[in-house]
Amino acid sequence: MSSKSNHTEPDVVVIGGGVVGGAIALGLARSGARVTILDEGDAVPRASRGNFALVWVQSKGFGMPEYAMWSRRSADDWHGLADILGEETGIDVAHSQPGGFMLCLSQDELGKRVDAMHRLHNQTTLTDFPYEVLGHAETKRRLPDIGKDVVGAIYSPLDGHVNSLKLFRALREATTRRGVDYRPNCPVESITPRDGGFRINGSWGEIATAKVVLAAGLGNARLAPMVGLDAPVKPSKGQIIVTEKTAPFLHNPMVTVRQTDEGGVMIGDSQEDRGFDTVVGQPILSVMAERAVRMFPRLAGLNVVRTWSALRVMSPDGFPIYDLSRSCPGAFVVTCHSGVTLAANHVLTLAPAILSGVLPDAVASFSARRFHV
Amino acid sequence: MKPLTEIGQLAEHYDLAVVGAGPAGLSAAARASELGLAVLLVDENPEPGGQIYRSITTTPVTDRAVLGVDYWRGADLVARLKRSAAAYAARCTVWSIAPDVESDGASFEIGLSLDGRARLITAGQVILATGAQERPFPIPGWTLPGVMTAGAAQIALKSSAIVPKGRTVIAGCGPLLYLLAGQLAAAGAEIVAVLDTTPRRNWPAALGALPDFLRSPYLAKGLKLMAKARRSLRFLGGVTSLAVEGSGRLSTIRFERGGASESIACDTLLLHQGVIPSVNLSNAAGCAHEFDTVQHCWVPQLDDWFASSVPGIAIAGDGAGIGGAESAALRGEIAALDSARRLGRITIAERDNHAAPIRTALGRTLRGRRFLDLLYKPATQFLAPIVDDTIICRCEEVTAGQVRDAAKRLGVTGPNQMKAFLRCGMGPCQGRLCGPTVVELIAETRGTTPAEVGYYRLRPPVKPVTLAELASLPQSEAAVKAVVR
Amino acid sequence: MFRPMSDAKSAATLSFSFDGRPLIGRDGDTVAASLLANGVDVCRETPVSGAPRAPYCLMGVCFECLVVIDGVGNRQGCMVPLRDGMTIETQHGRRQPEEMQG
Repeated sequence: MSSKSNHTEPDVVVIGGGVVGGAIALGLARSGARVTILDEGDAVPRASRGNFALVWVQSKGFGMPEYAMWSRRSADDWHGLADILGEETGIDVAHSQPGGFMLCLSQDELGKRVDAMHRLHNQTTLTDFPYEVLGHAETKRRLPDIGKDVVGAIYSPLDGHVNSLKLFRALREATTRRGVDYRPNCPVESITPRDGGFRINGSWGEIATAKVVLAAGLGNARLAPMVGLDAPVKPSKGQIIVTEKTAPFLHNPMVTVRQTDEGGVMIGDSQEDRGFDTVVGQPILSVMAERAVRMFPRLAGLNVVRTWSALRVMSPDGFPIYDLSRSCPGAFVVTCHSGVTLAANHVLTLAPAILSGVLPDAVASFSARRFHV
Repeated sequence: MKPLTEIGQLAEHYDLAVVGAGPAGLSAAARASELGLAVLLVDENPEPGGQIYRSITTTPVTDRAVLGVDYWRGADLVARLKRSAAAYAARCTVWSIAPDVESDGASFEIGLSLDGRARLITAGQVILATGAQERPFPIPGWTLPGVMTAGAAQIALKSSAIVPKGRTVIAGCGPLLYLLAGQLAAAGAEIVAVLDTTPRRNWPAALGALPDFLRSPYLAKGLKLMAKARRSLRFLGGVTSLAVEGSGRLSTIRFERGGASESIACDTLLLHQGVIPSVNLSNAAGCAHEFDTVQHCWVPQLDDWFASSVPGIAIAGDGAGIGGAESAALRGEIAALDSARRLGRITIAERDNHAAPIRTALGRTLRGRRFLDLLYKPATQFLAPIVDDTIICRCEEVTAGQVRDAAKRLGVTGPNQMKAFLRCGMGPCQGRLCGPTVVELIAETRGTTPAEVGYYRLRPPVKPVTLAELASLPQSEAAVKAVVR
Repeated sequence: MFRPMSDAKSAATLSFSFDGRPLIGRDGDTVAASLLANGVDVCRETPVSGAPRAPYCLMGVCFECLVVIDGVGNRQGCMVPLRDGMTIETQHGRRQPEEMQG
C-alpha cells in the first residue's frame, strides 16, 4: 500500500473521500493533476451519506454576505457541474433548480423568517438575490397540495436540489475514470511537512506528496494543526425521515420536505449539539413528521422506510473554512456543511485555484483566521 | 394470558417486553410471568406460534400426520402462555427500541403499531425473540412469479391448508429441506423433483463433528425424515447451478450437476438454503453482532444468559443463532430468568438453580448442530451468484454485477457505502433479502471475509409505520426547538 | 397457483375483489394466501423496472406481496387478514398520491 518510490508520488493528496473530497479531487484531476484520495472505511460518520441534498441559496449569508454570493455562484454553476458529471460518467444526478420554498406554519414563524430575510438583504452587496414573501393563497396556487395550516412561505427562484447519493457516486466514478487513485480504509494518523512537501502516515503505510488538501469533514479538526492550519469544526446532529416511493407530486424542494427523483419523500431537518451521538431521537421525529403532514396532508398515509441522523460539519459561525497554510505551503483545508450546494464551486473554482497555489478572492473571507481576531 | 387487541389497552410500562411469539418468546413470556414479572408479549402475526408452530391454534390442517408430531408440540407452549398472566398483543409490530431518555436509560422506549395506530411504551427489560428468516437464495430469475421460498409454502400449508398446484420443484440444501419436502408431499403437492445443492466438499469438514451428531436427537429424526422423503420423492444430488427461466413467470428450472445441464418444466419452484437469524431489530437497537463462520451468518454477541451488548436487551431463540424450535424454547426460559434477576426479582443463586436443568436440556438439543451447519453450509456460488445479471436486491433491482463493479472499480469496501452508491438495502425490505449477499459479494471481490466487510447499519422503523403514526407520538419542548429554529 | 388440501377444515367464506374480479376467500386466511388460493399469479409491478412480482416469503420479510387494499397502497398482503368485502388491487409501481389520504 505504501508508495515509497517517487514515480508513484501524486501531485496532490486529498484526505477525505466524501462529496467535498471527491469534488476537490475531480477539479484537480480535470486540471491535470495526479491525485490520490485517502479515505476511511465503511462505518465512519459520513455527512455525504446523510444529507438533505438541497442546492440552497435563500437565507444563507447573514453576517457574511460573501457566503451568500459564494452559495449563489455555486447554484449558478451547478447546471454546468451536472452536465460535466453526465458527460464524464453517464450518471444523471437529477439536478434541478425550480425554486424553493420555506413553508411557515404560524404567523410567528413567517414573521421571523421575513425579518431574517430583511436583515440578510440589508447587508450591502446582496442586490441580485430575488425572493418573495407569499401568503397562504399564493402559496396554495403554486403548491396545490399544501394544508390549511401553512400560513405562507418564502420563495426564491435560486433554490434547487439534486440526488446527493448519485452526486456522491458520480464524483467517485468521474475521479476513477480520470485516474484518481482512491484508497479506502486508509485513516490518516499523521501529516509531516518535509522537504517542501508532506509525508502522510497511517497503519496502512506512508505516502509522500507536494500538496495536501484536508477534506476530512469533522476529521479536519484533528488534522489541520499538523500542517499549521486551524479547522475548529464540531458535529451538529440532524435527523431525517424518508418515506416509501410515491408517484411524483412535489416538484419544488422545501427547506424541510422534498421528493427525490426516485419517489421517496425526505423530511428534515433538526439541529442539535450532541457531540458524536447519532441515536435517532423519537420526539424529534414526531415533530418533523407532524409538521410535514401539516404542510402536505397527503403525506400522512405514507410508510416511513428509514430514519437516520447524520452529523453536519459545523464551524463556530456556520460558514465554510477555506485556507492555505502559511507555515507549511502546499497544505489546504476545505470544510463546510453544504458540500452539496458548494460542489460546483469546489470542482470548478476552488480545485484549480488550489493547484495554482493561490486561493481566489471570493473565498478570502473564509480563512479560519476570522476566529482569531 | 391477557389478550390486548387495541393499542390503547397496552400499559405505559412493563417489567419485561418480549418481541415475537414463537417458541422462544412464548417460553420467555410464560416463565417471566410465572416469576411475577409484568410481561408484555408482542407479535406481528394474528396467532401465536412463530413460523415453526405457525397457526398452531387455528390451522385448518386436520390430518396430524401431515405436519408431524414436532409441530403439534407447539400447542403446549401456547397453553402455558394462556395459563400465565402475561399480556399478549397479536398483530402488533415493534418498529423501534431505544434507551428511554426520560428514565436516564434505566428502561427502554418501545415503538409499537397496531391497526395503523402507533404508541410508545417503556419496559425495564427486553427479550428479542424475533427468530429467523430463510437465507437469501439469489439465482438468475428468482424474482419471477412462481418462485417462492420453501418456508413460504410451509406457511401457506400450516395457516391456510393450501399447497402448490401443478408441478413443483424444491431446490437447495439444509436439514429443513427434507422436512418441507416431506410435509408438502404428505399434503398432496405434486413434487416432481428435489434438487439438492449440498456441496459434496462439505463432508470432510462436517465429519469432524459427526460423533456429536451421532449422539444427538437430530440423528434419528433426521434419518427418518430423509429416508421417508427419499423413498417417495425424486432426489437429484450434486446440483451446482440453478437458473429460473420463463417470460413473466417461471416455466422451467435449469440446473447443472456433474457438469451436465438439465432442465425441468414446472409451475412452482421452492427455494431454501437454510435459515439465518433475523437481525434487523437487534441491529437497529444497537446490539453488537459478529459473523459466525460455522453457521455462516451474522449473529448477535451474547453472554451465557443471552444478554446482548446493550444492557437490558437479551436475544433468545433462533435470533441468537440457529438452534431450532426446542432449543429456542429453552433459551427463552434462560433469558427470562436473567431478566428477573436483573430486575431484582430473584437472586443469582435462584436464577442459577432454575437454569441448571434447562441448560442440560439445551446442551442436548444443540448437540449435533455443528455437524448440520458444516454439512449444509451453502455453496459459494449460491451465496455470491456468479452470473452478473442476477438480481441480488429485489426491492431496488440491483444486480450482482453492479455490486462487484462498485467493490472492485469504485473501491467500495462495505455494505453501507454500497447502499449509498447503488441503493441496495434501501427498499421496503430494508436489506433483509440482500444484506448477506451484498456482504458476500464485497468479500469475494476484495479478497476478504464477511467479518471484515461488516453489515448494514440498520435504522428504525424496522417495520412499516406511517408518517401520521410518527406524527401522533409525544413531542418535547427540546424537540420542537431542534426543528423550529 | 395454490389449491386447498382435500381434507382441510371448513371455514366461513368471504367475498372480496381483486382488480375488480369478484373472488371468494376463507376466513382466517391472509390477503396473500387468498390471492394464491385464487390462482392470482402477480400482485404487483416493481417501482424500479415495472417487473411483475408475486408473494415470496409469506412471513413479512420480503415485501413482495405489496398490494392496494381498500385504496391504501403498498400494504403487505401476507400480514393482513382477509376481511369480507375487501377491495384488493395490483400495486402498479410507486404508490399513487390519491392513496395517501391520511
